[in-house]
Amino acid sequence: MKPAPFAYLRPSTLDEALTALAGEQGAKVLAGGQSLVPLLSMRLAAPAMLIDINALPDLGSVQVDESGVRIGALARHAEVLASSEAAEVQPLLAMALSHVAHPTIRNRGTTVGSIVHADAAAEMPMVLRLLEGSVDVASVRGRRTIPAAELFAGPLESTLAHDELAVGAFFPALAAGAGVGFQEIARRHGDYALVGVAAHVQLDGDAVASARIGFVSVSDVPVVVDVTDAVQDTAGDPAAAALAELDPADDIHATAAYRAHLVKVLVPKVLAAATDHARERARQRMDS
Amino acid sequence: MTTKLFGTKVARVEDQRFLRGQGRYVDDLLTDDPRLLHSAVLRSPHAHARILDIDVSDVLDLEGVVAVWTWDDLTGPMAEPLPLLIPHPALTHGRTQYALARDEVNYVGEAIAFVVAVDRYVAEDAVSRIRVDYEYLEPVVGIPAARAAQRTVHDDVPDNVGARMTQENGDARAAIADAPHTITLELDIERSACTPMEGRGTVARWDPDTSRLTVWSSTQTSTGVRGCVAAKLGLDLAKVDVITPDVGGGFGVKINHPWPEELLVPLAAMTLGRPVKFTEDRREHFISSAHERAQQHHVEVGFDDDGRLLGLNVEFWHDHGAYTPYGLIVPIITSTQLLGPYKPLNYRVSFESLYTNTVIVTPYRGAGRPQGCFVMERTMDAIAAYLGKDRTEVRSTNFIQPDEFPYEHGLIFQDGRELTYDSGDYPASLAKLKELVGWDEFEDFRAEMASQGRRVGIGLACYVEGTGVGPYEGAHVHIETSGKVKVATGLTTQGQGHQTAFAQIVADTLGVRFENVEITTGDTRKMPYAVGTFASRAAVMSGSAIHLAALRAKEKALRIAAEALEAAEDDLEIKDGVVSVKGTDASIDLGTVAVLSNPLRYAFDEASKAATQFSVGDPGKPPVDEDDEPGLEGKDFYSPERSTFANGMHAVIVETDPDTAEITILKYAVVHDCGHLINPMIVEGQIHGGVAQGVGGALYERMAYDESGQLLNASFMDFLMPYVTEVPTTIDIDHLETPSPLNPLGIKGAGEAGVIPSAAVFAAAIEDAEGFPITAMPISPSELFDLRLAHAPEATPTAAAAPAPTGT
Ligand SMILES: Cc1cc2nc3c(=O)[nH]c(=O)nc-3n(C[C@H](O)[C@H](O)[C@H](O)COP(=O)(O)OP(=O)(O)OC[C@H]3O[C@@H](n4cnc5c(N)ncnc54)[C@H](O)[C@@H]3O)c2cc1C
Repeated sequence: MKPAPFAYLRPSTLDEALTALAGEQGAKVLAGGQSLVPLLSMRLAAPAMLIDINALPDLGSVQVDESGVRIGALARHAEVLASSEAAEVQPLLAMALSHVAHPTIRNRGTTVGSIVHADAAAEMPMVLRLLEGSVDVASVRGRRTIPAAELFAGPLESTLAHDELAVGAFFPALAAGAGVGFQEIARRHGDYALVGVAAHVQLDGDAVASARIGFVSVSDVPVVVDVTDAVQDTAGDPAAAALAELDPADDIHATAAYRAHLVKVLVPKVLAAATDHARERARQRMDS
Repeated sequence: MTTKLFGTKVARVEDQRFLRGQGRYVDDLLTDDPRLLHSAVLRSPHAHARILDIDVSDVLDLEGVVAVWTWDDLTGPMAEPLPLLIPHPALTHGRTQYALARDEVNYVGEAIAFVVAVDRYVAEDAVSRIRVDYEYLEPVVGIPAARAAQRTVHDDVPDNVGARMTQENGDARAAIADAPHTITLELDIERSACTPMEGRGTVARWDPDTSRLTVWSSTQTSTGVRGCVAAKLGLDLAKVDVITPDVGGGFGVKINHPWPEELLVPLAAMTLGRPVKFTEDRREHFISSAHERAQQHHVEVGFDDDGRLLGLNVEFWHDHGAYTPYGLIVPIITSTQLLGPYKPLNYRVSFESLYTNTVIVTPYRGAGRPQGCFVMERTMDAIAAYLGKDRTEVRSTNFIQPDEFPYEHGLIFQDGRELTYDSGDYPASLAKLKELVGWDEFEDFRAEMASQGRRVGIGLACYVEGTGVGPYEGAHVHIETSGKVKVATGLTTQGQGHQTAFAQIVADTLGVRFENVEITTGDTRKMPYAVGTFASRAAVMSGSAIHLAALRAKEKALRIAAEALEAAEDDLEIKDGVVSVKGTDASIDLGTVAVLSNPLRYAFDEASKAATQFSVGDPGKPPVDEDDEPGLEGKDFYSPERSTFANGMHAVIVETDPDTAEITILKYAVVHDCGHLINPMIVEGQIHGGVAQGVGGALYERMAYDESGQLLNASFMDFLMPYVTEVPTTIDIDHLETPSPLNPLGIKGAGEAGVIPSAAVFAAAIEDAEGFPITAMPISPSELFDLRLAHAPEATPTAAAAPAPTGT
């Protein structure tokens, strides 16, 4: 379990990193290494060069304002999770991050790295998608912002071009009258979920104006399903509506049928939690 | 005597080092030696294939590669198959692999080529350059495929059957035919593995000037490895030393030997004249060490209205993987130990040990007992359900009673000796367990939980474990002139706390301070006669040997001290390392006694002056008596007539989520009887670890082979060894101490116990919660969900209902 030979570069400026990335087709960015290093060690990936971005300046911050949370490419999961301001402005971040792996892995792994790694079993790509956030990328060709809806191309595949480096991600603040919920079932504490479900509910007065649900591990890309109609229809079944758009699969840990069942179990619970959360927030706003 | 340490919770001396990261494992050795070379192994990517050609021509071009071996390069005994360690007459078709595959590979992971290079990175690069032409053969994966025998693993082993064996006491089939009630059960257990924190590893250094080979290996038997290395490399035993440094866990897998690498590393070191190291990585450990547990069982039982076992007939199929280096130990243990604390009037057991194209099977903590316990305890629960009786009542009816010991089962155990239990008090153990877990109050708890929409179940399982198997273990105790006591025993240690427990014995027996005792294990230079650490035998075997050796040293110390103090031996006592005449001030340090024991010509310090030729001795007599030896030492061996039988009973309360089918442990209780406890804290630690491993085996772990024989979960990402978060935060433990009459300390083994009843006890509790039979373990929430669907028509949501065995 030793990686194949690779060149290693640890640039100290962004320009240097971008130039190197553009100059070497076989280069890979190394952030926290919590996904990449195991792939290298098992020789499932053998990039010609690693560009270690850990020495780049100004990428480690978690900036919070009323519009949302801006997370730098070197901010670790643990730092995002620890930010009470971030949790205040967008509570789903902390709800989901506490399910990402274990503390030691969260201490190294980056939230942005997790997003661009685009694993449909990972929490944060789905959360970004559900919240309609975005990723800022840079390359020698310039900068652009990729909306979450356009970020995920396929299993473990993002729409970043090879020469692009993700410099940050943006999670919008939770709007007034909105609420979120998250729940997942994993085999062991901290494992990738068998099924994870997050919900975002927007109230209009006491009525549900919009209800959207994001799913982990029941499709090969992060999926969000709008279940507003099913929620508004008293005879509707949001879980069934969602399942129509999901593609749960068998693996060694669970059957597709069990995963579909968990979707049915979790969707109503998480929807209810998000709706309660929205109502609770509305109540607090009125109190203050 | 010094305050008795035997039986007290002395803190483990080894933990200071281990917990501070100061353990020294094989991989830590010779790291400063610039001449050290590293190795990697090319392993078969196919479960079954003929090797047509191996092309290594691209390998030696690679900078940093020193040498590469394939089978063609091996000569003499190295080119022959690895030893079949434990032959048995029933093992008619035993097969072992070659150190490097010869013409055929029979499991994914089988060693094909061995590369030595300047570091492991280069060695792995080199491995990836070796090209092998394979002719793909259809693999045999899993017990059903092995039994169907549409294909065979080995051309010369018909029907994939390595061994068939039957044992019988009475006439079980006739008794079942005549019994008022009978039940038939099909019971399955899947594969798991030991997965120690440290994998396998070997370092070897050849000294050409003295023609001496030193091998450090992460093994459970240094003497075993030594014998094999000497035989395979054609060296005199005296030229080979095998040393075990700290070993990061074994749990059985490291008792198998010699691993291919355990021979190839010394061969390379001799050939190249440079030290060579092999450190196994985690993927290699999954695909090229050993697994255990997979068995399928067919049970027929006949019983009377009280649930008394009139006849029990068990037929089972054991998956031993691609080869049989460790013989039939696992299925023989299942055959005999499934009886547990019970006495069926007639018992018959037969098994087939089957080849499959998967990793070999060797004992894993419990070694066939978890399967046996599962079979017997599931049978007990089925009988109780059938008769509508309390599960504890049916068990009590069948217990061997305290006045029936020694109890002869009329079978032959794994050591080739009669299966005779030495002692135990099963009714007392059960009474304690019921109390500890709250068995009689459980229905109230169930009702209370049900009122909250929660589903709970309780289960129990009993086992008896033959521990401390022979043939022998030895010890050497040396009291130095400083008064410090150096003890060597030959079996190895893997973190169990032997240094502590053995030092407690020595401190008590000799009357010295615990801090002054140092224990060395697993070093063939210090104790060349030894067997190894397995079968919960270290405390019984080496503990007893150490006690006997310490007694000999004490005898000699008293004799010399009596002379020096001009007192009778009977009037002497040893306390804190000082021999004194009881009730007087007259005393002499043990260190001084050691000085006197060794007549010297040369004084090397103040103390030794006392022993020089002009200071001691009668000039008219030889300085060392004809029947005496210099030095204050004791050496002895312990070789029991047969195993001693520990026992225990576990109970668990689980909650099963009505929606998600997740299984949560609410309470875990253990009553354990391993005779006299040397150190209750160590025993409890062993139980905790065993229970944790058992939780893994029952609820999380399995070896996920696909039909082509690929192991799909060969990493800790997908092989779900439980984290601390999956293990119950408290385990309630109560001890019973029924001493063994077979050894001087009255002790029995404790190492494996914690894991034995897990599959049985969890199956029972889940069955109790769900109301349908659980016949296969491990079980995952996904599988429990499937079972719920399968039993949906009759399932009652808050079921305390009885399982539904097929009855007559
Ligand atoms: C045992 C274990 C359990 C885990 N469990 C979970 C879990 O439950 N849920 C979960 O979501 N994750 C889990 N992870 C993964 C963890 O969250 C990773 O940290 C994360 O997925 C990747 O972040 P990283 O910074 O470590 O990225 P790296 O491993 O460094 O990189 C991952 C990939 O992203 C690319 N990349 C990284 N940063 C950038 C960038 N700024 N620009 C362009 N490309 C970039 C790399 O080139 C690489 O391809 C687990 C990991 C382990 C080891």
